[in-house]
Amino acid sequence: MTAVSVDAKGDRVFAIALALAGWVIKFIAVVLVIATFNFILVHAAPGDPAQVIAGQSGASDEKLLAQLRAEYGLDKPYPIQLATYLKRVVTLDLGYSYRQQRTVASLILERLPATLLLTATAFSLALLSGIILGTLAGVRAGKWSDTVLTVVSLLLYATPVFWLGLMLVLLFSVQLDWLPAFGYVTIGVPMTALQRMVDIGWHLILPAVSLAAVYLAIYTRLMRSSVLDVTHQDFIKTAKAKGLKQGRIIIRHILRNAMLPIVTVAGMQAGALVGGAVVIETVFAWPGLGRLIYDALLQRDYPVLLGVFLVMSVIVIALNLLTDAIYRVIDPRVSVRAAS
Amino acid sequence: MNRREFAKLLGLSATALSGVPLGIARATGQTRGGTLNTIIQPEPPILVTAINQQQPTLTVGGKLYESLLRYDFDLKPIPGLAKSWEVSPDGLTYTFKLFPNITFHDGKPLTSEDVIFTMTKVLMETHARGRVTFARIAKAEAPDPLTVIFTLKSPFAPFLTSLDCTTAPILPKHIYEGTDYRKNPANAQAIGCGPFKLKEWVKGSHIHFVRHEGYHRPGEPYLDEIIYRAIPDGASRTVAVEQGKVQLTQWGDIEFFEVPRLSKLPNYEVSTKGYEFFAPHQWIELNNRIKPMDDKRFRQAVMHAIDRKAMLQRIYFGLGKLATGPISSKTRFYDKNVKTYDYSVDKAKALLDEMGLKPGPDGKRVTLRYLISPVSEANTRAAEFLRQSLGRVGIDLQLQTTDIAGWAQKFADWDYDMTANLVYQFGDPALGVARTYISSNIKKGILFSNTAGYSNPEVDRLFEEAAVATSDDKRQELYSQVQRILVEDVPVVWTFEQDYPNFIDKRLKNVLSTAIGVHETFGAVSFG
Repeated sequence: MTAVSVDAKGDRVFAIALALAGWVIKFIAVVLVIATFNFILVHAAPGDPAQVIAGQSGASDEKLLAQLRAEYGLDKPYPIQLATYLKRVVTLDLGYSYRQQRTVASLILERLPATLLLTATAFSLALLSGIILGTLAGVRAGKWSDTVLTVVSLLLYATPVFWLGLMLVLLFSVQLDWLPAFGYVTIGVPMTALQRMVDIGWHLILPAVSLAAVYLAIYTRLMRSSVLDVTHQDFIKTAKAKGLKQGRIIIRHILRNAMLPIVTVAGMQAGALVGGAVVIETVFAWPGLGRLIYDALLQRDYPVLLGVFLVMSVIVIALNLLTDAIYRVIDPRVSVRAAS
Repeated sequence: MNRREFAKLLGLSATALSGVPLGIARATGQTRGGTLNTIIQPEPPILVTAINQQQPTLTVGGKLYESLLRYDFDLKPIPGLAKSWEVSPDGLTYTFKLFPNITFHDGKPLTSEDVIFTMTKVLMETHARGRVTFARIAKAEAPDPLTVIFTLKSPFAPFLTSLDCTTAPILPKHIYEGTDYRKNPANAQAIGCGPFKLKEWVKGSHIHFVRHEGYHRPGEPYLDEIIYRAIPDGASRTVAVEQGKVQLTQWGDIEFFEVPRLSKLPNYEVSTKGYEFFAPHQWIELNNRIKPMDDKRFRQAVMHAIDRKAMLQRIYFGLGKLATGPISSKTRFYDKNVKTYDYSVDKAKALLDEMGLKPGPDGKRVTLRYLISPVSEANTRAAEFLRQSLGRVGIDLQLQTTDIAGWAQKFADWDYDMTANLVYQFGDPALGVARTYISSNIKKGILFSNTAGYSNPEVDRLFEEAAVATSDDKRQELYSQVQRILVEDVPVVWTFEQDYPNFIDKRLKNVLSTAIGVHETFGAVSFG
């Protein structure tokens, strides 16, 4: 091994380390800015946890309020509260909910799987069916099947998600009695692991479909127009001229190129999907993060609220990175351009 | 095709979907076994009623924790943990004899030491309304494990009305002594001496109770399990009732506007009993500090301007009774012989004219803010009804919306003109009524204090004397007097004694047996 190559290697390692360090610093800065912003927003709302507890207890006195405010650290001035909070964020400590007598991290971890299951299912469902339906509509543009798909997707897009959820419950639970109306698992029945999985899946159908509906509509419409765009380009004409079969043209040439806008939008919306889950989780009594946020907001449970916001911000940042990565896989030009 | 057949059709395992097997066995008289499914909303933060007294905590925790006494529908004391009790003639010494063989969920015995520790130490720290009463204890003695003697500093008749399980739940001394009660890790296990103990709590989903095998009352509990499901959405709760997924609802689980429709379901009976202890009293709070609400003629005019009967029927679907004054007819010492205010737009206008509040060119005499109390959907509708009613006599209301935290803050800090308030009476005027009207309780920042800022030395004196008087006749006389003065002065505009519908599966027995109804232990509840 020559001295030169060691230097060159060292330089490269150094460059990568520098880039990584820059990225980490940026990430931390973004998270801290978000955390500060969250803190200000949350405290700008009128009322505090002590008053909520008093309000729901039917009785109150000075001692109760003072005790609760001291527990939450609300007796200190705002800048000190903010500094304490940021210090905890840096040390990855999400804090403690005095209301629930638990650490915020344990509360979030307990709820995260349910939300991930719901949103991942809804997201995959929406993306997959959106791509298929949108492509079908795109290649049959102008025919009656295209019209039907377009109208249905427009209707779905315009439907409020909670209303759709309630209507599905009325039809499939109340009228037909095929699917459970709420909850995530049948309670109080001994089950094997397999039975439990099936049972959870069974409870998942209605909330996942309701949550997926709006996004399904967006992807279908987006995919349709994207497919239409690509279909009129020269390389498709070339492919046709070469005598390729229709199916092969759609899959190899149209789809791959038409996917790009979908990936961009889907990446941005994955975060919004978690937000949409608040409503669906409430309608279907699904024990996820969305419900935790909603309850924490009404109760002004600041540590929980800030903790969930922070975790969600990190998830959204991570998803954006993932989108970048997927972009490179689908479209080789992206990485070529980046390298040059 | 039902869910089971549908599942089979799809080749899925139907065992998990077949619903809960009740496993009921018929014993002598009452049926043994079974699972009671019910609703809890919002989900309580913790289950220890001594530490948190939010409504859902009290409902759920009543199954885990017991207290010395229970109360029948007329608020007369009946045995709880105490099988008998005696009050000395001077009203100072209270002696309670406990039932033998009471055990906590961890198997340790409950003795007089636990009672004294909880009431004189824990509740003094953690229970805002309990400590008002228990601060009057001068001396607490335990001559033997089954006897508790409390000596009060001065006579306080409502002491005997403050020993229900929402006010004085008994905690195990061996677990809590010398600890920070609020942060004690044992709070997660919620160890009490009630007929049910905590098996599992899946946050956001359900709370699962099973029978406490060492429960001291023979034969109890009859049920094997109770499951409280957290169902946050009102429409979903309605579906749960319609489908028979739950056998009991309480408080505002079912929105008022759904009650007439659901009452027709054949498998439920609807009862509004079991709220006698709380006796939720609803009124419109008028900030007495602000002109023109500082004038009693204005407040009387508001009383005349509202068609309360129509409001009760249309907004609250008849779930309640018109209030005649500060004391609920469910509470002790209620007197119906007071001045009445009939619905009369003319009388209201005449009173406003008399005080010189003439309508402007736009017909408005005065514009006031109305802070909507966000505790129920019906309150928003009620606010719209009031806006129309008062508009007819020239009082213009500007509606303000907020959430519960915002409402509590603004209201407690007196930053409001008018708002709706719902206040519990806690079985005795000295505990639940006086606090709204006595001037020593005008305290900024404190909810359920004298937030309206009404002040009348005569009223102060009467409430004070009535609290310490030892004979019921004397107390009745004083409270009758104070009711007449308050109804004349109208510090707040009383609307209804609010009722809440309990939907109860017809197979269930003994659900509502005391003045705290659904908060009771449920040891005697059974399927048939």
